Amino acid sequence: MKLVEHFELGLDAPICLTWELTYACNLECAHCLSSSGRRDPRELTTEQCEAVIDELQRMQVFYVNIGGGEPTIRPDFWHLLEYAVHHQVGVKFSTNGVRLTPERAAFLASPACGGYVDVQISLDGATAEVNDYVRGPGSFDTAITALQNLQDAGFTDAKISVVCTRQNIGQLDEFQALADRYGATLRLTRLRPSGRGADVWDELHPLPHQQRELYDWLMAKGDNVLTGDSFFHLAAFGPADGSGALPGLNLCGAGRVVCLIDPVGDVYACPFAIHDQFHAGNLLTDGGFGEVWRTSPLFQELRSPQTGGACTQCAHYDSCRGGCMAAKFFTGLPLDGPDPECVQGHSELALAGARTVPAASQDHSKSNPTRNQPVMLKLMTRPPVSDCAESPLAGFVP
Amino acid sequence: MTVQLDEHWALSPSVALRPEPFGALAYHFGNRKLIFLKRPELVAVVRGLESASDVRSALVAAGIPEAGWPSYLTALEGLAASDMLRRREGEVAA
Repeated sequence: MKLVEHFELGLDAPICLTWELTYACNLECAHCLSSSGRRDPRELTTEQCEAVIDELQRMQVFYVNIGGGEPTIRPDFWHLLEYAVHHQVGVKFSTNGVRLTPERAAFLASPACGGYVDVQISLDGATAEVNDYVRGPGSFDTAITALQNLQDAGFTDAKISVVCTRQNIGQLDEFQALADRYGATLRLTRLRPSGRGADVWDELHPLPHQQRELYDWLMAKGDNVLTGDSFFHLAAFGPADGSGALPGLNLCGAGRVVCLIDPVGDVYACPFAIHDQFHAGNLLTDGGFGEVWRTSPLFQELRSPQTGGACTQCAHYDSCRGGCMAAKFFTGLPLDGPDPECVQGHSELALAGARTVPAASQDHSKSNPTRNQPVMLKLMTRPPVSDCAESPLAGFVP
Repeated sequence: MTVQLDEHWALSPSVALRPEPFGALAYHFGNRKLIFLKRPELVAVVRGLESASDVRSALVAAGIPEAGWPSYLTALEGLAASDMLRRREGEVAA
């Protein structure tokens, strides 16, 4: 049996586990995949988080990707970080940089972290103009300051984590230059229509020719660029034998090798699928994380042989395996059909036709906008029509 | 990086092995490398390296027929190249 087939049947414990520690966030990024903003009052306590780490150690989950929300906002974040690395659970955490002061940067570079900590600074534009458009005013400067603090403290190899969008695909070389300047590694990931991302996906997701640009750039210059196994749908740009795939597992790992723990202990099939449909259980009420991982009916189903549906007719199916489940779900496409960004163009008809985008099942967005909210201004192509315009035919175009 | 039959090797101190249906995952906490050991026999060899006096006796103890040794040596060299295995220097084979 090939290794990839073992992965499709699921492993005894996840390889790649994401743990969103809090839904609280100082920013209100337009495309936030966890719809974060406000802290959930049911958030796991420090003791409960420690118990989760103990269990991850027993299961030999070697590292967790910690995110949020903004995880460093939790007052016990630095304690939990140390607790994890002292229990053989390495930590990669994603942050917008807001709490990465010179003192914290020095802590991260110190022996207390034992070199088991990776820091990912989110940056969705290589310039303030492009970044702040989706992440909010001032967020570019915050991220750059954090990178500078890390470099000054002697923390080596921070990651600059970029969600690839229509607005920033043209900046890939600039991102690499930024990474080089701060002794960092570039990490590129795919924009998912998850969380608030569903609201802006139509405007932000890369256009077909940009997908090609991204693929070509990764093939030419991507040797030292991390992708989080994010772009396996691009493998179909290569030959049908799959030889054009980017490094990585190149399959949907949801519930098989990947999953997500949210701030209240709910377990979902993947970080991009925080929705009732992909809810496997809760580690507080269903007997712990290991029990949910091993026995959840949803995960059992995801590990059973999947039919490729319409995609099995396609010569590239072995390359892309039908693409990303979450991307299909949140754009209202059938899960056994092509990815909404299928590079062979097989989803164009389905996207243009009648489809129902699923309603969000949870939302921690701030109820009132703050000064950090991004303002995605666009030039209007025609003047607005007021509701009380005088003519009864105002705005009517036959 | 070559691995010879009469050398003494062992898992690096920062490496952990996690059993899986296909064999095991080897994770290196220092360089963050994750390597899949795709055969249970290879896992047995790797686990036996430390207590064996040399690579040859680890292969014998794991029941690997001599005809298969070259491919196991290649696999061990691959692991050594990622610092998953380290040579025990200065120790004389018993």
